[in-house]
Formats: sequence, C-alpha cells, structure tokens
Amino acid sequence: MNTAFWYASRATGIVALLLLTAVLVLGILVNRQGRLPGLPRFAVTDLHRNLSLLSVSFIAVHVFTAVLDTYVHIPLVSAVIPFASGYERFWLGLGAVSLDIMLAMIVTSLLRGRLNRVLWRAVHLLAYASWPVAFAHSIGSSKDLQQGWMLAVAVGCAMIVLAAVVWRLADAARQVPRAGRVAAVFAQHTASAARRNRGTVAR
Amino acid sequence: MSTAVNESAPGGAARQAAGLPRLLPAAPEDLHAHLARYGPTPYRGRTNLLIDDIETSGLTGRGGAAFPVYRKLAVVARAGVRQGRKVVVANGAESEPASRKDELLLGLAPNLVLDGLQLAAEAVGATEAHLYLHYAPGPQILRALAERSSRGLDRLAVTITQAPPRFLAGQEAAVVNRLGGGPALPTFQPPRVSERGLGGAPTLVQNVETLAHLALIARYGPRWFRAVGTSDEPGSMLTTIYRPDAKTHVREAAIGTPLEALLGAGADVQAWLVGGYHGTWLPMPEAAGITLDNASLRRFGAAAGAGVLAALPSDRCGLTEAARVTGYLAAESAGQCGPCLNGLPRIAAALAELAGAGHRRRTLADLERWSGLVKGRGACNHPDGTVRFVRSALTVFAPEIKRHARGQCSATDRRPFLPLPDGIPTREEDWT
Amino acid sequence: MAETLRVNPIACTGHGVCAELLPELVALDEWGYPIVDPRPVPPALDRDARRAVAACPTLALRLLRSEQPARSG
Repeated sequence: MNTAFWYASRATGIVALLLLTAVLVLGILVNRQGRLPGLPRFAVTDLHRNLSLLSVSFIAVHVFTAVLDTYVHIPLVSAVIPFASGYERFWLGLGAVSLDIMLAMIVTSLLRGRLNRVLWRAVHLLAYASWPVAFAHSIGSSKDLQQGWMLAVAVGCAMIVLAAVVWRLADAARQVPRAGRVAAVFAQHTASAARRNRGTVAR
Repeated sequence: MSTAVNESAPGGAARQAAGLPRLLPAAPEDLHAHLARYGPTPYRGRTNLLIDDIETSGLTGRGGAAFPVYRKLAVVARAGVRQGRKVVVANGAESEPASRKDELLLGLAPNLVLDGLQLAAEAVGATEAHLYLHYAPGPQILRALAERSSRGLDRLAVTITQAPPRFLAGQEAAVVNRLGGGPALPTFQPPRVSERGLGGAPTLVQNVETLAHLALIARYGPRWFRAVGTSDEPGSMLTTIYRPDAKTHVREAAIGTPLEALLGAGADVQAWLVGGYHGTWLPMPEAAGITLDNASLRRFGAAAGAGVLAALPSDRCGLTEAARVTGYLAAESAGQCGPCLNGLPRIAAALAELAGAGHRRRTLADLERWSGLVKGRGACNHPDGTVRFVRSALTVFAPEIKRHARGQCSATDRRPFLPLPDGIPTREEDWT
Repeated sequence: MAETLRVNPIACTGHGVCAELLPELVALDEWGYPIVDPRPVPPALDRDARRAVAACPTLALRLLRSEQPARSG
C-alpha cells in the first residue's frame, strides 16, 4: 500500500509540473492576446483557468499520497508551511512555497471583481516565482527526476517556460507605449492611404 | 503673458447700466484694490449656507460643461470625508488653445478667484485647496496668495500645481490624476471625482471663472446675479472672440447677447464657430440671429462651451481650418481607449484628404462611419466633442468639399486663422 | 433589478472574449473593441452576461446595478 502511495505521489507530481507548465504558457498567451490555432479566444482564457484548478487538484493528491505514505513522516501542514517537514526539509519546503503562491493566486482570482486591480496583478505576477520554485522542488526532492526520461521531461518543461517568458518580454518590448499609439495609427493609416491614393495632392 | 485684449473694462454708460462688466477690471487689481472694491471674503461661518444662494442664482459651470454649480457643491458637501480629507480645486487649465479668458481673469482679478475658492471650500467643508494652471503662476497670483496669507484672509492654504499643455489636461478626472502626482490623463468614471477624487476623497473641481462668479454672488446675492442674462440661463460669461477685423480679445457678455453684436455677420464672414474646438460650426447667414445662450444655440446643435467664439473670414478655406484643428484634436487623444485612438487619427486623415485636391469616393462614408463608432465610447468627452466639431464642419463646408473634389478652392488667403500650438505629444513626460 | 453592461474603455484592450461569449449583447467594431448594448440585460442572458464579465482578462466588462451616470467631459 505504501509503495502505491509513493508511486502515486511521484506520478501526480510530474503531471502537476506538466500542467503548471501549460498553465503558465496559457497565462502568457492570455496576456499577449495570443490565440490557440482553430480555437475561439475564450478557449485560451478558460483553459488557463481550468487547467490551473486541475493542477491544484493534482497537487492535492500529490500531497495527500505523500502524507499517507508511512515510509517517511511528512506532516500534512508541511504542504503549506514551508520547511516544516523533517524529511527533505529544504526541497519539500520549496514545494510548500510554490503551493502557497498558487493558493494566493487562485484566491485573489476568484475574488477578482472585488479586489483592487493592482493587488490582483501583483499577486498574479508571482507566478513567475512559483514555477521555478516548483521546478526546483521537483528536481531536488525526487531521485527519479534527476535521471533518465523523467529528467528529460522536466528539463523540457523548463525550456518551454524559458522560451515563453523570453517571447513575452520581447512582445512587450515591441508594443507601442501609450504616448505613441495615436502617432502609430496616423502613420499606419497614412501609409495605406498613400498607397491607395497616389494621385492626391496634399495641401 | 497674454496678448488678448480686455474689452470688458469699465467705461461706457450702456455697459454699466447693463450690469457689466462684473469680473474684469481695467488693470490688474492687487489685494488692496480688491478689498477697497469688494471688502473682505464674506465667509458664512458654516458649511452649506452658500449653496442655497448658488442654487437660486442658477450659476452653471464656466469651464465648458455648464453643469449646475449648486449640484456639484451639494454632492461634495454631502459626501463623508475620506480619512478626514475633502478637496476643492480651482481649475485654471483652460486647455483650449483658442481660449484666453481664464489666463486673463487670473492676471487681472486673482483675488476674486481666490475668494471663490475659499468660499466654495467653506461651503463643502473642504480640508485642502488647490489651484491648477497651465503655466507657472505669474507675479499677480503669487503676490495675491502671499498678501492674503499674511492678512489671514485664506482659511485654507492653496497648493499650486502645473498642468502640461495638453487639450485634456483640464478634464476633471485628468486634473485629479495630475494633482495626485500622475499624468494629466482622464480616468474612468464612475466613481465621479465629486464622490471619490484626489486620494479617494470627495473633490470639487470648478473653473476659475465659475469661482469668480461665486465670489460675487456671495457678496451681492442671487438676485443681483440674475439681473443680466436670460431667466433660464442667468448671468454673464467671459468669451474669447476671434474676428477678421479685430485683434483677439476677451469680452464679458451677458448670456443671451446676440452673437452678431459679438462676432459680426457681414459679407466678410462665411461661418461662425461657437464653443471652441469641441464646438459647432454655424452657417451664415442662417445662424445670424442666434443669441449667446444654450437654448438658442441648441437649435443649431451648438452650445456655448467655454465661450470661444470665432467668425471665419470669407477669404479663408473653412475645410482647411477644420482639418487643421481635427489633426490637433486627434494628436491630443490620451490614447487610452481603443475607439478614440483608432478613430480620431483616421477621421483627421480623412478630413485632411477632403481638404486636399480630390478625394476617394469612400472618404465621406468612412468619415461618417468612424464618427459613429467613436462617439460615446471613450472614457471622456474628447471623441464626442471632436465628432461634433467635424460633423458640423462637414455640413457647413459641404459646398467647399465639392469644390475641392474638383480640384478648386474658394479661399484667397491661405494663412491659418484658428490658433493651434506647435508640437504634438509623443512621450509619457508630455503629459506631466 | 435592472443590470446593464458597461465597458471601462481604458482597461479594455480589445481581447474580444466578451463578444464571443455574449454575441447577443456585444459586437466588435472594426478595430476589435466591444460595442455593448446599453439596455438592461434580459434575464435569460443573465448567466451568460456574468460569464462574460468573469472571462474578461482585464476586468473591463462590468455589470452595473441601475443606471450609473456617464463619464464627464
């Protein structure tokens, strides 16, 4: 029975990491108004939201199975109170840090309509801290992930996140700042009008 | 300083019999002269007391929106203080390039405005007072404030904040934004600034001319105020007048004055512009009988606004003037709302095309579609005002549009008539 | 109680999710920004309206109780 719990914990852990990778990429897509090919716009927002809730469900199972497994003693509270576990205090503690951030993000998002927009955004930006910490937790607390195909999966997720973040920063840098938007519309419109209307003499 | 000439100076029996001028002395009045003429600031001793008089007087805002002043006062007076704070702002940022009245008023009669500021503050129970200007305060204002302070005339110290030279800088929410240390950009309302403004506190924003009228009503009473003007729109207002035969000047006029007396309607005038760059073009001679009150102006879809009145000479091209101004209005968009930042430049470009030689068949239809798309869909009135200006221009200058389509133009004088500032905002700092 | 949809045009970035979820009341202009029906939301569309409000990534779409005064000049 114990072994089953332990396997379940590791399995749900790696699935959670994959899901969180997808959630972060989708979050960036929402922010940059990106689309998923062939899907309506609301699919991006809904998928981001639903997968984040699914991730937390997997993390819940990941935590409970680890707690139930009696081979090592992991107190339940160490899932949310960092560094409260005797076993692998540091690496499990990172998991708790990451989960705490996720819970804050989800609670603030559920209360979005009532919250100050700046506060909501500040908490949501912590996602960029939560993912790397979850990644470190995964690698550090499980021997499985430190070799073989599971390592490849974990590293692949990290590459995807890195690429997505780089893309996000580049796209934001390309964006015309507010003070230049009207001039940009002028320029874009004048250029296309000039192409269409070569005969007009401007006064 | 101002090159506008003050045509309201005392003199002329007819004017004095009519109860004018009220606001503008012939020369700048320092505190000594002000006190000799008016006496000390007539504080009432309690909040709210002045508001009934203002209601009876029928005073409306002179910043352009013509909103009943007593209602704004009442809302702010009623509102609870937020963290012990309530704010009044004297808005001297007239923002219209063609308007010179606020600058002139503050130069000639700063104490009248400052009286009004303190009286309004008392009426609503304010805890802080601000003066908001486009320029660094001149010696008249600084001296007035210093003298009033040393005499103990001002109950609240007045903080002066400078506004950037933007068309939207005088908009109510933009004023509060700027006073709070941000850019002079409109914010989304609700909540109105009178309920939640500077630092979340209830904030009264009034144009400086409005405050000057308020200071006089506090002394002479609402019946005195209603002695000039019409029964629905009592009082007088400052107008900035552009005529082909005269220098630009500021003149105080009773509401209801025939516009012909202010602007002239001879053969040398092809159209009138009433209400500034968010105002309305009026055709001549059809509109020649109109009077300076919104009831009369409404018949042509116009409103007095902040009192900018222009008579376009017959030898200019109205279409070109309209295109120039619309280009300015588009460049002055805050760029915050999608419909405005997309629509106004396109509208301006289309108008420029119409003012050129020949235009595409689709341009007029595009113009009408874009006008319909931007109206009412911004966070402030900028797209609406611009559309009103453009639509009236398309109507009044329709014959000129046809001429230009054939490559002709009826103008013999190519000089620009309406004033526009140089330079367009391109960086974030241009808004602070 | 009458509820109307209102867009905060400053917060709105033209995502277009609202128009997908509530096409009966929200259309997109030629630049991708929402044109919202100003009349009260019919009860049959109430759930869809709430879903659209919740889905807006910038919280620009709101449901307001009773008529709120429009923005000032």
